[in-house]
Amino acid sequence: MSLLDIRGLTLSTGGQTLVSDVSFSIAPGERLGLIGESGSGKSLTALATIGLLPRGFRVQGSIKLDGHEVVGASESAMIALRGATAATVFQEPLTALNPLMKVGKQVAEPVVRRHRRAGETVDRAAVAREVHSLLERVSLPDIDRIVKSYPYEISGGQRQRVAIAMALACRPKLLIADEPTTALDVTTQVEILDLLSGLVREDDMALLFISHDLPVVARVTENVVVLRRGEVIERGQVHAVFDEPKHEYTRSLVDAATAFDKALGPAR
Amino acid sequence: MSGQVETATMPNRRGSLTLTVGLVLVGLHVAVALLTLMWTPYDPTGMSGGRLEAPSLAHWAGTDRLGRDLFTQIMIGSRIALIVGFGAVAIAATIGVTLGVLSAFATRYLDDILAAAFDILIAFPTLLLAMLVVAATESASLFSATLALGIAISAIVARLTRILAKRILSMDYITAARTAGASWPSIVFRHLLPNIWPMLAVNFALQFGLAVIAEASLSYLGLGAPPPNASWGRLLQEAQGTVYTAPFGAIAPGIALVTLVIGMNLLADGLRDAGDPTRRGRQ
Ligand SMILES: Nc1ncnc2c1ncn2[C@@H]1O[C@H](COP(=O)(O)OP(=O)(O)OP(=O)(O)O)[C@@H](O)[C@H]1O
Ligand SMILES: [Mg+2]
Repeated sequence: MSLLDIRGLTLSTGGQTLVSDVSFSIAPGERLGLIGESGSGKSLTALATIGLLPRGFRVQGSIKLDGHEVVGASESAMIALRGATAATVFQEPLTALNPLMKVGKQVAEPVVRRHRRAGETVDRAAVAREVHSLLERVSLPDIDRIVKSYPYEISGGQRQRVAIAMALACRPKLLIADEPTTALDVTTQVEILDLLSGLVREDDMALLFISHDLPVVARVTENVVVLRRGEVIERGQVHAVFDEPKHEYTRSLVDAATAFDKALGPAR
Repeated sequence: MSGQVETATMPNRRGSLTLTVGLVLVGLHVAVALLTLMWTPYDPTGMSGGRLEAPSLAHWAGTDRLGRDLFTQIMIGSRIALIVGFGAVAIAATIGVTLGVLSAFATRYLDDILAAAFDILIAFPTLLLAMLVVAATESASLFSATLALGIAISAIVARLTRILAKRILSMDYITAARTAGASWPSIVFRHLLPNIWPMLAVNFALQFGLAVIAEASLSYLGLGAPPPNASWGRLLQEAQGTVYTAPFGAIAPGIALVTLVIGMNLLADGLRDAGDPTRRGRQ
């Protein structure tokens, strides 16, 4: 059974259809890339998956997340479903963390929540140890300093690592990464991508990876869905799509990416 | 929002100075207000000197046209002003923040209705609204004036809260927390309120000043605190007729009003800076 199964998803607002008839599914542990130019509906699709669309959107079709229907689900049902199933990492490291909360406290929050849900008693020392080991897993240096820092006191790349650690803290079955590296410089990008794909494999998480860069997607996922103006125009194994794009639009994405790909170096 | 990082040490020193001056000014008024509960230099209602005396050692702020000591009345005015200011802001904050947050979380339909309601209420002059509320209560009292101003100001607070909350709620860390299954009380109390609090606090200080001034106007209209609870507004009004012959009758309550309002604004600025890690100095 698929972990995520989207069938005929159509999203509209104010008489405009922004995503139309999108279908794809993700098996447990599968890594899927969602690619397309800016404004093609990638983020909306991702938000719909976890039932967090902005207000005023009409949703048609079906989204099954871990066997539960998301479309039309109540907020309380979604809160329970989300925590156990999905976690997100976003594009903008500046807004990814609460600016007024120290990093350690922020990472502790999902840890505590997970333990509470499981009905376990939460003791502070254990939480602190888990926070420490999560930050170790995302290869942050100088962790003792970082847990006591505010988000503005650490770099953009480090913030993004913290955001990933927070997502890991949920032990999600599905990780949704919406252009998690776009705001970073190329070297940091590569580091974060490799970190992400390593972690996803270690924890056997499924990954929905959103990007407008084909090479970036190729580095972390095996399958890809190409979106254009809210419609799926091509899908398949990432290297097949990369090597032999069938659609004119995909080809233009590949061409645009070739130069950039060189800078990224060989995929892992 | 302002810049993320301030590296210079100047703003920090300035920040703590702001806080100190604010604390001193407001603290002075609070101390005086508490003192009047036990002791005043003269009986506020009894004649203690000649009429319209100029300031002297015996009467620091002179006397009014009935020969009552003005300094005593100004001291009592501190108490009235603090009760009205804090009371009105507390009422406005409770109602306004609750409705504003509710509106930001609500469905689009409910949000539209609430937003329109805030706008309509704000379109009414605060004073007019307060007069309507006072008129609806049995008799004019300190309590009804405070309640009236609190309700009138709550619409302003609600609208500001709604706008600030919507901006914070669209941030990625909120979406990430919600994806990770955070419940809405946890979002509101751990992420939303701390992040909008600095802006709200500054607005509360502003509203505090406006409430104190509005109470003075209500008093003039006979809708504020009844005598002998002399508010600064009533003193100002009484001094109006004799402002040329005895200007100090207007100047002294004016100074009291201004120091409290400025002190409260400085205090709010200082507290905001102290609560914002990007502004706060590191050792
Ligand atoms: N709240 C909203 N109300 C109305 N339209 C919206 C809203 N959010 C997004 N859109 C529109 O939906 C379309 C798809 O947006 P989406 O954010 O999914 O794009 P995207 O593929 O993620 O692009 P990017 O790569 O720039 O992030 C865009 O045309 C956008 O203007
Ligand atoms: Mg997007």
